[in-house]
Amino acid sequence: MQAPLLHAILAGAGLCLAGTALTSAQTTRQAAPAASLRSAESFSTIANQRDRSVALFGEIGTVLQHPRCMNCHPATECPRQADAKRLHQPLVVRGKDGHGAPGLECATCHGKQNFDPARIPGDGHWALAPASMAWEGKSLGQICEQLKDPNRNGSRDLAAIVKHVTSDTLVLWAWNPGPGRVPAPGSNAQFGALMQAWVDTGAACPAS
Amino acid sequence: MVSLKVNGRTHSVDVDDDTPLLWAIRDNLGLTGTKFGCGVAQCGACTVFMDGKPLRSCVTPVSAVGDAEITTIEAISGKEVDAVQAAWTARDVPQCGYCQSGQVMSAVALLMENKKPSDGDIDLAMNGNLCRCATYVRIRAAIHDAARTLEG
Repeated sequence: MQAPLLHAILAGAGLCLAGTALTSAQTTRQAAPAASLRSAESFSTIANQRDRSVALFGEIGTVLQHPRCMNCHPATECPRQADAKRLHQPLVVRGKDGHGAPGLECATCHGKQNFDPARIPGDGHWALAPASMAWEGKSLGQICEQLKDPNRNGSRDLAAIVKHVTSDTLVLWAWNPGPGRVPAPGSNAQFGALMQAWVDTGAACPAS
Repeated sequence: MVSLKVNGRTHSVDVDDDTPLLWAIRDNLGLTGTKFGCGVAQCGACTVFMDGKPLRSCVTPVSAVGDAEITTIEAISGKEVDAVQAAWTARDVPQCGYCQSGQVMSAVALLMENKKPSDGDIDLAMNGNLCRCATYVRIRAAIHDAARTLEG
């Protein structure tokens, strides 16, 4: 391999590797079983409303921090993939609008639906979340504050956030990811109910 | 039967809905310039254009094409194509050549969107096109040559 190309490859990888390190456990291909979600009603035993809201967001966090969601909310310019959250192959980047670089956009490979024979996931607007919505490496409390901040969440109020996570097709994909990928915990209906209950209890955030 | 618009003509193709577009192009239409490499969108050899944008035909079922216009290496045209073809010839880019139709499709797609790509722009656009002969340095140089030609 000639030096200029090697340098370019290393530079490209640098876009994506900052602040990350994969463990041997993360690189395994073993698929974990799908997890369940607690129902929103099950939190009613927590008398204090703020404590209940924080606890609800803790359950919501099991979805937000799941690979199906986190892989496309990266801290770097590059998505991750698979249950092991490994760097996307081939190397792709956010680009100017989250849809990839000129010549290698997400839609070059990702169609409107999953293509199961090749295990290529798909959706009508397959894309990276905007950089302002990067969750990778953040605590659940930080993600919570970010989620509520109109300056970072796409100018959404709480009602719009609930609508987004219960109707956006790319969000819904997380529960229909195709073979070889563990779905997000529970169901989208359960997740939506948890989000609504969190909003109804004041949308409080964990301390960390 | 599936109706496909390929290279300016509408074809009725007798394949199942989930057949990859690549096989309809190669086996049913006899357009063998588009290559099979990996079958899982990892190598870029199967790249065609759908409505002018690059697409990996090995992971695109014919049912997803609909009324879109497919263009293969046999029928691409335009100033970017002319510039890439001339640069590829002048630089003698291919070695074994198997991946080159995919490389050319991606290079043309890049130049259609970015008339003066940097080394980094080229690397990001061409990352999905593998070449076992490692002609990457000549590919990058040829794209720069083509960009200069387009600049006039």
